[in-house]
Amino acid sequence: MSDALTLDNLSKTFPVGKSLFGAATASVKAVHPITLSVRKNETLGIVGESGCGKSTLARMLVGLLPPSTGSIQIEGAALNNADPADFGKRIQYVFQDPISSLNPRKTIRQIMEAPLKQLHGMVKPERDKRIAEIFASVNLREEFLERYPHEFSGGQAQRIGIARALAAKARILILDEPVSALDVSVQAQVLNLLADLKKEFDLTYLFISHDLAVVEAVSDRIAVLYFGSVVELGPAEVVFANPRHPYTKLLADSAPVVGRPLTAPEAKGTELPNPLDPPPGCAFAARCPHATDQCRTQIPVLEDTESGTQVACFYPLADT
Amino acid sequence: MMAFLTLLARNRLAMAGGIVLSLVILLVLLTPILPLADPDVTDTGNRFKPPFSEGALLGTDHLGRDLLSRLLWGTQLSLAVGFSAAIIAATLGAAIGIIAGFYGGRTDNIIMRGVDMLMAFPYILLALAIVAALGPGLFNALIAVAAVNVPFFARNIRGITVGIAHKEFVDAARLAGMSNARIILTEVLPNVIPVIIIAMSTTIGWMILETAGLSFLGLGSQPPQADLGSMLGEARSALITNPHTSIVPGVMILIIVMSINLLGDGVRDALDPRLKSGALSRPMAATMVKREAPAPTSEGKGLLEAQELQTQFHVKDRVYRAAGGVSLHVEKGECLGIIGESGSGKSVTALSVMGLVASPPGVITGGAVRYEGKDLIGVPYKQLRDMRGRNVAYIFQDPLATLHPLYRVGDQLIEAIRSHRPIGKEEGRAKAIELLEAVRIPNAAKRITDYPHEMSGGMRQRVGIAMALANDPDVIIADEPTTALDVTVQAQILALLDDLRKSRGLAIVFITHDFGVVAQLCDRVAVMYAGRIVEEGQTADILDNPRHPYTARLMACVPELGEGKRRLEAIPGLPPVVDKLPAGCAFADRCDKVQDACRQGDIPLERNGARAVRCLFPETPLKEAAE
Repeated sequence: MSDALTLDNLSKTFPVGKSLFGAATASVKAVHPITLSVRKNETLGIVGESGCGKSTLARMLVGLLPPSTGSIQIEGAALNNADPADFGKRIQYVFQDPISSLNPRKTIRQIMEAPLKQLHGMVKPERDKRIAEIFASVNLREEFLERYPHEFSGGQAQRIGIARALAAKARILILDEPVSALDVSVQAQVLNLLADLKKEFDLTYLFISHDLAVVEAVSDRIAVLYFGSVVELGPAEVVFANPRHPYTKLLADSAPVVGRPLTAPEAKGTELPNPLDPPPGCAFAARCPHATDQCRTQIPVLEDTESGTQVACFYPLADT
Repeated sequence: MMAFLTLLARNRLAMAGGIVLSLVILLVLLTPILPLADPDVTDTGNRFKPPFSEGALLGTDHLGRDLLSRLLWGTQLSLAVGFSAAIIAATLGAAIGIIAGFYGGRTDNIIMRGVDMLMAFPYILLALAIVAALGPGLFNALIAVAAVNVPFFARNIRGITVGIAHKEFVDAARLAGMSNARIILTEVLPNVIPVIIIAMSTTIGWMILETAGLSFLGLGSQPPQADLGSMLGEARSALITNPHTSIVPGVMILIIVMSINLLGDGVRDALDPRLKSGALSRPMAATMVKREAPAPTSEGKGLLEAQELQTQFHVKDRVYRAAGGVSLHVEKGECLGIIGESGSGKSVTALSVMGLVASPPGVITGGAVRYEGKDLIGVPYKQLRDMRGRNVAYIFQDPLATLHPLYRVGDQLIEAIRSHRPIGKEEGRAKAIELLEAVRIPNAAKRITDYPHEMSGGMRQRVGIAMALANDPDVIIADEPTTALDVTVQAQILALLDDLRKSRGLAIVFITHDFGVVAQLCDRVAVMYAGRIVEEGQTADILDNPRHPYTARLMACVPELGEGKRRLEAIPGLPPVVDKLPAGCAFADRCDKVQDACRQGDIPLERNGARAVRCLFPETPLKEAAE
């Protein structure tokens, strides 16, 4: 299988603080250099807790944020960082909050027409036909087109958000917490819709979420993000079932599961390291029960393990 | 638009202002065709004629010119200048504000510092300087007044634009390939226009006054042309001897500015979304109670008991039955879970217990809430307030929103204690540290001086729990306390709550939408749907063997870790809106086992021991379960 999306050394550093003349006095590395590829028709899940850099990564991938270093390639061709339309036609984004991603003063038809008009230069009859097609595939009635966003429930609004992303005809969708604002019964509807659309339109997904169970249920491979770096990457069925990185294990143990007794897997305070003053070695060392001096001074890189996953740890956990 | 007009019409003062202003404008528009004397022809023989004299209804001025004619022509001019200045100032100011707010960074900095510099001058000085530079004349006065007001609009609009420019729909428009110019015109501007109109409606009156002021000083309209300001200026020398020459233009200015301001306030109130949503109507200290039937007699179940509790929201002519007869109880040391989706009424039920549902629009219309057997619905506010926090305490979902951002967490804890008993400074500090230690905040003695924003989400929620514990309550009602937290932090908070329950014998009512959390923490669980309990029982019992089709299907929707990639079960459709509940079972439309009987009449909650289910055709009948 060929790669749909390749990230080469992609990173983002934000300047922080300002001196008198506007020069930044410090910087925060939100995303450490990431090299990663997503295969065609694959769903790559990205999990991590708040502050781990997953949204920054997503915004770089769709061109809303310029990367500090590195490059993005789609189907082998480099993306033009300067041209938003170039991004829009090849990679699209589904937002977390379905309602606030729709302009409250535009009708759904106006919202749906924008990508068709701006990215593909379609004329009116062509646009109407295409919108009808897309609405049929996301199970929305065409009468919704004349309404305004506030008239919709979260689930319907998220379908509209997905429809808009599909309208751009991009082959890759970045799904940034697409169901975390929805109720469970509606969440399942949207997840299943996404699975159907993927088959129908031959799509590739990057599915970002903090919900381990949801990510596991939809992904082929999962990347675990901690403090801006990928700490573990592997097939979905292996990553949480057989975690190699102590952080992945902590995540898996923390998720509430029916039938597991309630124990706090970690007694210490669990705050992320201070991004203004990052630790010199492994970012997880301060929380890790197995940390050694090596962990506190050197940064581990992603390496293959025998179970088919890659892990960035000097002392990966053994089989459980 | 119609909604705006009806809202406006409801404001009587604004309506009065609108009518007066329309009359003035009508009069001014008719001026050219009215049989009036020429306003500029002098007739010194007839100077200072008093009002109501022959041929001059309002008298004449110091040059014998007809005051009525001058007044109408002058009003026309003043209004035209005022409105034009307002439109120019609003257009320029909005353009500057939108550009500064949208592009941000250096563009914003340069533009706004320039605007700040303009604002640093007293407005009249600035206007005088502009007129001095351009020379006197009405047109130059107009420019001066507009220029002086540009910064006000620019600042206002910039603030709004900054908020909108970071909204997700602007990002979405960018991804749809729109250029910045198009985004500004089609995405940002329509959302800013109401603010522009509000700002304009409240400043037009002011601008008319400013123009009059410049004319009064002789810098605006030049003789013999009349506007209200210059009429006042010319009448100044005869203020004592012939007051009517000053009173006539003075009263007109008063009428215009007053009516514009009244109307402007009305427009603002009708357009401002915060005011529309009822921010001005202060909620009552306790939920309104209008029980339609006498309270049910006590069954003496549990420490805290809700019996057939009904809470409704009355919005205009609609009635939302948020809680439609909920019966629950919790024992000492027990954890009761309430599970349901958004809109199922779980939070409203919990808030009704201590009368915390906002009124208006909330009304408790029936049932009882008993604490140690005593009914709390409708007790005097003082008594209820005394119980809040001391007997029943709450933990909310978002600790950042429930903690005051400007006070240190330690002080907020002490305040919580002090509202129930007097406590000295030293004792309060010691108690606050003790509470933070009880919720396992490391370095408690140091962290009591932290502000909420200096803490992480998990730490803040610990403070929220410490606050709930401050007065040693017997019952804690936790409304989705871990939903906003990361999983690793959630696990710690849940373990903490469980420990507190065991060590202090607390009763916990835990509201959530997460079956995993319920399974780990709760002894018993009640499932809510569309404002009613549809199933209740021991947690393990319900999870292993759900009886209500809704419970069963909801559980199937939830992905669980360790089951691999798969297709999820989904429940088609949406929950019903609680102002239009169907007869019979609220779940009928989404249920695959529905039969005709389900849609006819009320379906009772059938009980058998600890287990209860509200379904005619449960997954497994209740009787079998008991065996």
